[in-house]
Amino acid sequence: MNFQHKHILGIEHLSAEELTFILDTADSFKEINTRDIKKVPTLRGKTIVNLFFEASTRTRTSFEVAGKRLSADTINISASGSSVVKGETLEDTAKNIEAMHPDIIVMRHNASGACRYLAERLDCSVVNAGDGMHEHPSQALLDAFTIRQHKGKIAGLTVAIVGDITHSRVVRSNIYCLSRLGAKVRLAGPGTMLPPGIEKLGCEVHRNLEDAIRDADVVMMLRIQRERQGAPLIPSVREYSRYFGLNEDKLKLAKKDAIVMHPGPINRGVELSTAVADGPQNVILDQVENGVAVRMALLYLVAGGEQLQND
Amino acid sequence: MKLLIKSGRVVDPVNKIDEKLDVLIVDGKIAELASNIDAGDAEVINAAGLIVTPGLIDMHVHLRDPGLEYKEDIVSGTRAAAAGGVTSVVCMPNTSPVNDNLAITRYITSKAKEEGSANVFPVGCITKGLKGEVLAEMGELKEGGCVGFSDDGLPVKDGEMMRRALEYANTFDAPIISHAEDLTLVAGGCMNEGPVSTELGLKGIPWAAEDAMTARDIMLAELTGAHLHVAHVSTRGSVELVRQAKTRGVRVTCEATPHHFMLTDEAVRNYDTNFKMNPPLRSADDVAAVRAGLADGTIDAIATDHAPHHIDEKNVEFAIAMNGVVGLETLLPLTLQLVGEKVLTLEQAIALVTCRPAGVLGLERGTLSVGAVADIALVNPNKEWTVDAQQLQSKSKNTSFDGQKMKGYAVRTLLAGQTVFER
Amino acid sequence: MSGQPIEILDSTGIKRALTRIAHEILERNRGTEDLVLVGIRTGGDYLAAELQKKIAEIEGVMVPLGTIDITMYRDDLGTRGNLTVGKTDIRFPLGEKQVVLVDDVLFTGRTIRAAMDALVDLGRPRTIQLAILIDRGHRELPIRPDYIGRNLPTSRGEQIEVEFDEHDVPQSVSLIK
Repeated sequence: MNFQHKHILGIEHLSAEELTFILDTADSFKEINTRDIKKVPTLRGKTIVNLFFEASTRTRTSFEVAGKRLSADTINISASGSSVVKGETLEDTAKNIEAMHPDIIVMRHNASGACRYLAERLDCSVVNAGDGMHEHPSQALLDAFTIRQHKGKIAGLTVAIVGDITHSRVVRSNIYCLSRLGAKVRLAGPGTMLPPGIEKLGCEVHRNLEDAIRDADVVMMLRIQRERQGAPLIPSVREYSRYFGLNEDKLKLAKKDAIVMHPGPINRGVELSTAVADGPQNVILDQVENGVAVRMALLYLVAGGEQLQND
Repeated sequence: MKLLIKSGRVVDPVNKIDEKLDVLIVDGKIAELASNIDAGDAEVINAAGLIVTPGLIDMHVHLRDPGLEYKEDIVSGTRAAAAGGVTSVVCMPNTSPVNDNLAITRYITSKAKEEGSANVFPVGCITKGLKGEVLAEMGELKEGGCVGFSDDGLPVKDGEMMRRALEYANTFDAPIISHAEDLTLVAGGCMNEGPVSTELGLKGIPWAAEDAMTARDIMLAELTGAHLHVAHVSTRGSVELVRQAKTRGVRVTCEATPHHFMLTDEAVRNYDTNFKMNPPLRSADDVAAVRAGLADGTIDAIATDHAPHHIDEKNVEFAIAMNGVVGLETLLPLTLQLVGEKVLTLEQAIALVTCRPAGVLGLERGTLSVGAVADIALVNPNKEWTVDAQQLQSKSKNTSFDGQKMKGYAVRTLLAGQTVFER
Repeated sequence: MSGQPIEILDSTGIKRALTRIAHEILERNRGTEDLVLVGIRTGGDYLAAELQKKIAEIEGVMVPLGTIDITMYRDDLGTRGNLTVGKTDIRFPLGEKQVVLVDDVLFTGRTIRAAMDALVDLGRPRTIQLAILIDRGHRELPIRPDYIGRNLPTSRGEQIEVEFDEHDVPQSVSLIK
């Protein structure tokens, strides 16, 4: 199969067939990560710049490892906040990097739409590593990969996602990805964290955690930003945890073999009790492991295809 | 100095005229309207096939002069107006420095007189420095030429301050123009709140932010008996609030912009900052309500909120881009489009950009009555053309309609009988 | 342009060639000790499975069989339409093994170069030998097969097609002009 996307800006632009192809490709790459020599020459001579405008250890490291295992030269650039105030615009920053001829820029930025903005202005490929509250496609793909690994399929499963839906780019990408692959997605969170019209992306919205996770195959808990505490969104982390945190008792509402996921880093005792975070149903480290394979697949497909179209 | 406009379709809503007539202009004023006026020694303009209307009045424009001339100035802004068939612009006070004192007002009016291609009627600040703390010297400003008062771009947050502003402005028979927005509900939003903002991951501005403040200001107008003009209404709720208030006899008027009756928040989908403005583009339901408000007379004027911004202020991430779009040069075709779509009659449409805004602000413009100043637009209503942002007369190119097909434009614009634009 | 396929080998012919190759492999390696077969996806993996059966018929030993996908080692990234990456499946250590790499058609030699790079990333075999059903010439790299089913002089524009049945058993080899 061919893959005709120059950029990976969001799951929104990918069909079910393409999503499956990415997961299958990741499956082939996964084996490399268990070899003695964890490196293949696939992207030898390619240069990948990880341009991160927001702090990130997990995602940046994962992309870096993915690039290196494909023999690409990977360079990390941590840039500070958004333009104007700092004097240099995003376009200028990116054009300066492009003048060094990278093949792929992997970008994280705090502004929704920033990756698309870049893709419209640069010649190289752009891979979205999270833009504002918009999308985080590689996270959704590694989540789907992990679900498929544990459940053997995605179609027909019920996936509950609980937490701060409004501010989560992971949620938006996951809704597109999982619903396109045939899963039923349920959301739950306090009313202050459920954005209007989210159900139009293809999911059910519940007012409480219990309804969302009842008989679910997968329970995905989102990280709660502690700085949202006290702001108008939640009165306290303590109360949030009481109503929207997952503990062993509540987890019993889900299917017996349900898996528990979290995009990390976990706030122990807040969204996940320690017992659940360390329990047999958690697959959080599988998510991290699979992240490398999925990102290898994305970098390979973006760099490898006959580059026919922009999107 | 005589000028004869021959054989045009004259549309003058004030006098209920819509027929083929000749218009004779003597010394910059309308001297006669009749069929087959003898030219005599007058210069003749053949207007066969054209509509002859009073020059348009845009009651909400940012000319950016003084201080922000890199975006626009009085010369370029009035040239853009003339190119759009607009002969009078009402300019907002959020310049640098702001128009809260007589010196600035005089600077604007005198520069406009000397170098402008359109009449410029300034709006003064409600509060000094737009700070919402101390009233501006409205009496003196009015005497200097200000036609109304507004802290446009910002709401007057404090309820009592708004009440006193209405009362005080009423002393001088000037309207308060409200930028109705509850900033605590905007809370950092950058587009309309709804399914599109959710999908794009952009922080939304709920309709309630506009409606809540519109409601407060209408109640204060009712309380004080003063004239409130609500700028750029964009929501179903605020149109309805104005409609109800008018029924109760409150002295309230309002305006709507072409982008708010032509575009919805769907246009933001590609994060194009030329669709970022305040108030934001709303839902299809709101657009329908604005159109209904124009049709039933609730809305008194179509005004562009012409807001020029430099490319560097727009070519950035959506969330941090400046609010606003230019509009002077697309006002006429977009207004005529409502006639084409049978939302308005031609008479209603012309009235919304001529005599009705003139009525809101008490301007002696917007009519072709004998004796009136000969501000006239000659309009080819059927000419199809395509907007090219780079070809705009305005210094700034931030239009929402770049590349869009338009129907109708001014082929000639007369300011007091003098041709200020011709294509 | 493309004419009718001309059959070069039928299923019997293929069987005979594979039987001979199996004997040659055993003869050269003096039996099955340390012998492993690795087929190149796709085509070579089916032939390698056939060779495993032949060797078992002759020696009574099932030598280890693996498959290797060389997509990650190709040198034409960015110019090809198909980006599918298959799985490499070698469940035994390659160190100190006599590896027989199996493919259906040997042409430029680039696939074999990639396969050898892939193999040495997985371990250090004592030897790598190459078994080929059809050698059609036009080498672009210094690569020479150790076991050949049939030498078939071709022109560059011609194609060789090996057909397999639903059980992945080779049925025919054809030349398409």
